[in-house]
Amino acid sequence: MPQAIADIIRLDGAEKHFGAVRALGGVDFHVGPGECVGLVGHNGAGKSTLMHMVSGTLVPDSGTIGVHGNAEANYSVSRAQQLGIRCVFQELSLCPNLSVAENTRINHASLTGFGWRRKAAELITAKLDEIFPDHGISAWDIVGDLSIGRRQMVEVARAFTVTQDRLDLVILDEPTSSLDAHTSGQLLAFVRRFVGSGKSCILISHVLGEVLRNADRVVVMRDGKVVAADAASAFDRDRLVTAMGGAEGHHRSEAETAKAEAGPLRVRARPARQEDGKELMARAGEIIGLAGLAGHGQTDLLLAIFAAASRARTGMEVTAPVALVAGDRQSDGIFPQWSIAQNIGIRSLARLRNGLLISPQREAALAGFWQKKIGIRTPDMNHNIFSLSGGNQQKALFARALGSDAEIVLMDDPMRGVDIGTKLEVYDLVREEARKGRTFLWYTTETEELDNCDHVYVFKNGRIVANLGRDELTEEKIIQSSFGDAA
Amino acid sequence: MTATPIDTGFKGSAARNAAARARLLRGLLPALSLALVLMAIAWLNPRAISYFGFNLMLNLAIPIALATIAQMFVIAGNELDLSIGTFVGFVGCVTATWLKDAPLVGIAILLGSIGVYALLGALIHLRNLPSIVVTLGMSFVWQGLAILVLPKPGGKAPDWLLTIMSLKPPFIPFPIIAALLIGLVVHFGLMRTSYGAILRGSGGNPAALRRAGWSLLKTKVVLFALTGLFGVLSGMALIGITTSADANIGNGYTLLAIAGVILGGGEFVGGRVSPIGAVLGALTLALAASPLLTFMHIPPDWQVAANGAILIIVLAARVLISRKER
Repeated sequence: MPQAIADIIRLDGAEKHFGAVRALGGVDFHVGPGECVGLVGHNGAGKSTLMHMVSGTLVPDSGTIGVHGNAEANYSVSRAQQLGIRCVFQELSLCPNLSVAENTRINHASLTGFGWRRKAAELITAKLDEIFPDHGISAWDIVGDLSIGRRQMVEVARAFTVTQDRLDLVILDEPTSSLDAHTSGQLLAFVRRFVGSGKSCILISHVLGEVLRNADRVVVMRDGKVVAADAASAFDRDRLVTAMGGAEGHHRSEAETAKAEAGPLRVRARPARQEDGKELMARAGEIIGLAGLAGHGQTDLLLAIFAAASRARTGMEVTAPVALVAGDRQSDGIFPQWSIAQNIGIRSLARLRNGLLISPQREAALAGFWQKKIGIRTPDMNHNIFSLSGGNQQKALFARALGSDAEIVLMDDPMRGVDIGTKLEVYDLVREEARKGRTFLWYTTETEELDNCDHVYVFKNGRIVANLGRDELTEEKIIQSSFGDAA
Repeated sequence: MTATPIDTGFKGSAARNAAARARLLRGLLPALSLALVLMAIAWLNPRAISYFGFNLMLNLAIPIALATIAQMFVIAGNELDLSIGTFVGFVGCVTATWLKDAPLVGIAILLGSIGVYALLGALIHLRNLPSIVVTLGMSFVWQGLAILVLPKPGGKAPDWLLTIMSLKPPFIPFPIIAALLIGLVVHFGLMRTSYGAILRGSGGNPAALRRAGWSLLKTKVVLFALTGLFGVLSGMALIGITTSADANIGNGYTLLAIAGVILGGGEFVGGRVSPIGAVLGALTLALAASPLLTFMHIPPDWQVAANGAILIIVLAARVLISRKER
């Protein structure tokens, strides 16, 4: 087949930078007619950036885009629509206040004039019937009233509806993440029929089996580059996992001496969606890692534990005061109008009180102690918190938690966007505090950070799927469990 | 509603039915609160429920309903207009002076002011400014312009406007017909036309709209221009009733209009609005504002506070129902 000349889309040397971060570093990518391309990679590997370029929502800093064999200089969303390229984005892009039919209208400028509501309703209902027989969705349902799974069905079906523009390529970004096994099967069967009729699909999924079974060709991305691309039949699970995770051995931070006797139990928690008996257990002096793909329930569990500390909850046992180090420090961590010292003292107000008022001396003493201990680089702790660099702001948040009476410290991926020097200082501090008997629950998206942990719980779909001890902890193992196909 | 679902499919549809029921309840709430206020009035003063009584009680309901609809358009786009009250006052002053003495100039000024609203929408979108700040600033601009046009209370409404506003159709009082007409026309335009869906979508999920290739600048400009248009209609209707103008005549409308939209089932964010609900909300407020309180023998000094209390009660009922929806 003369696929090479009639590629539906071809990107050559696509690069994209967001500030200092390189999201894509010279990627070549193409999709031919009548093929389903599977795209896999870890969080932040650059898959979404690449797909935003294919669908026209992002413009590459350098590199070329060609569609149907013609170079496209001013590629945009509406141009992509005209050329028959659609995308089902990972985050839902339906308007919750509109009905299913009205949402269909949004993607079809030609659905207008008298009787447009009926036409839109027929269009979407026919497509839903075709992809998901017995879907149980009415075109007049308000999208906000539908369950998340049904919303995803509407979104997928909408991408396949055709009015006046052609349709050649549909990008499905995690299309099955909110679907159950039955509807996932219906969708994937439809994708095969669609591809069989000469159209094309890009399938992005964290369920590797889904990709291996349904894609004709698989492209693996890592760190903004394509690291492997081959026929799907040439891959198996292990080869995919190796390609995604990288085989280079990594260095364990110097092995720590065996832990002392297990301390008293500090936290026992079961995620809300856990169906089997797996639980998170943390003892005094332990550093517990929470791993897995981003947004698979780690933060939810940390917040649940935080809430359980002040009010008893079923399935949760928290036996000591808790402090949380927020990951999104701008929105959840920092009081922007306050000084550094005030930001540190807020978690310890009870101790800083003198009568009814906060004692400035005690606040200053607490701040001064932690400035020295954690190395917050500022001439004056009474300066506004924003006078600090990002890494030092994060240190101040650590000081807030560690300076408090909390025996349990929850860390919600706190090292995002922090320079390596600060990270190493904080790692040392965390280990030191753990030796003194504090318990750390550490959610991180950076696998190297898990080396600091005594053991690691891997999360998937809001559940704990694996509990890895320190000696069995490897990146491959974590990827293996977070991409596990078990429903 | 408390039945235990057996399997997921049933659970889905049961949850959806519950949501639909809650939505229906919320949709009926504006009508229910209006009925409640009417019943209270009928009980306090049965003679008020008559052709003449409604004409009198709902006299000011038309401009309030129009101002509420105006506010509803900006709220549909997740914005707020704090200048609608003084804008209505400004339009009133222009109507009582220029529109009567030099109709062409008057029409040009009013059309121009709608254009200013459209530009405000563009400014708010392009510079990503909070609409509350921009429109709060504009409220002083409109007020100042109104005082320039009409330094002292006075002026006179054009005769044709007086004729329209004092129509006495048989059987059904004019304000009720006008309110019905306003509600139905706007309902058709915003809830039934294909571009109306886009306008509401711009409040529901702007990112999705942009991805589908729609211009958010255009939707915002259209929504603000519609606000300007209905603000103009409100000011003209008001002068048609009061016959003369005053620069401060519309100042109370800003909050009345916002309350009317919310009372009518709208929400501040998310593009959830209801034109018919908004008109009903405006009627409820117009009735609760003074006729009800007068019949309750509440002294005028306390009426403003009593009005606020009624607002709090009705809005609290709405919040309770919305919470049940979740």
